[in-house]
Amino acid sequence: MEALATGHLFALTGAVLVGLGLFGFITLRHALRQLLAVNVSGAGVFLMLGGLGRGAATTDPFPQALVITGIVVAVALTAFGAALILRQAEEDHAAKEDDERGGKT
Amino acid sequence: MSLVFDLVLCLMILGTAAASLLMRSALGGIVFFIAFGNLLGIAWLSLGAVNVALAEIAIGAGVTGILLILAHARLSAMGDPVECEPTSPWMRAAVAVICGGLIVLLSVAVLSISPTDRMGAQIATLMPALGIENPVTGVLLAFRAYDTLLETFVLLGALVAVWAIAPPGGWPQRPASLAIATPVSLTVIGTFSRVLLPASLVMAAYLVWTGSDLPGGAFQGGTVLAGGILVAALGGAIALPRADDMRLRSVLVLGPAMFLGIGLGGIALGRFLSYPVGLEKALIVAIEYALALSIGATLALLVAGKPVPPAAVQEGGD
Repeated sequence: MEALATGHLFALTGAVLVGLGLFGFITLRHALRQLLAVNVSGAGVFLMLGGLGRGAATTDPFPQALVITGIVVAVALTAFGAALILRQAEEDHAAKEDDERGGKT
Repeated sequence: MSLVFDLVLCLMILGTAAASLLMRSALGGIVFFIAFGNLLGIAWLSLGAVNVALAEIAIGAGVTGILLILAHARLSAMGDPVECEPTSPWMRAAVAVICGGLIVLLSVAVLSISPTDRMGAQIATLMPALGIENPVTGVLLAFRAYDTLLETFVLLGALVAVWAIAPPGGWPQRPASLAIATPVSLTVIGTFSRVLLPASLVMAAYLVWTGSDLPGGAFQGGTVLAGGILVAALGGAIALPRADDMRLRSVLVLGPAMFLGIGLGGIALGRFLSYPVGLEKALIVAIEYALALSIGATLALLVAGKPVPPAAVQEGGD
């Protein structure tokens, strides 16, 4: 019985994390922080998978393997997202410097 | 572990997650996110999923954390304070209601499913044929090898995508140097990393080897290797390679290519990604070692970011 309760407890925590992450994603107005919010939501999905795979004594290895795959894909997405944000910021920064230089001459 | 412990742990997870999102300071939020990732790792331990706990702490908290901190530092260096424009209270309230509704729906769905590990018994009956004992490694490299193969290509694809957005003049140079600008810190971290890098190599090799029977594996080992490489780059002990370095490129594709090659070899035996009888463990371990090396190099370069023009390498240190 306690094992079932533990599984549900973590799965419910995961459900709340998904909602929290979505709230952050919509209300935070900076791309880097939105990227962090996506990671919070993702962690919630993983916890739902893991919690619902909790049996009497062990956690199902099948969702465990899926979650490891998910964690690696999430970091790949985060790395590309961060690179895109930085590239965009560089463009904006260069455009601003050009404007300033143009304004002085 | 006891239910009370799990309850307190879940509350701390939710608290750190909320702090990472709601804090005004972006850097503070990232630090809370790293704490959140480590608490999640403890949650996975509590679920008895040590393989996932290792991956979550190393990749979810470690690599993602350093990625976000580095992005924050580079944005700050360009004069972006990483501040959020305030949203109206009405909008926040509306979004809170919608997200609250989503949480309720998800919770109802979660409670309608009874937690079970029934796949575990099926997997346990299939494991002796593989000659390894860690069921998670069995799922990753045999029963669902197709997923893992694609995943390794996703990781490689992400690096290609990051390289593809190199600024004009950046291709195929090195990424911006990660070396710390303060000379004293550079010496300290440089000295430390000369000890840490070989230790992380040994640790990575051990994690991959032990991953056959006990918790561990290619992803956990590869991440430890990436950690060692990154600290060495921070301490200036190693320089990051140019993107057109053929040795680097060979290391990057070694793991996925070997996995794909052995998988294609399986077609001769009747099915893609099936291993010849008697050689299962040898091939799985060989794939895992090659993968760990590739994953380590790929993750380290994903953190370092896109190649930049040589001039920016000198001034871009942060």
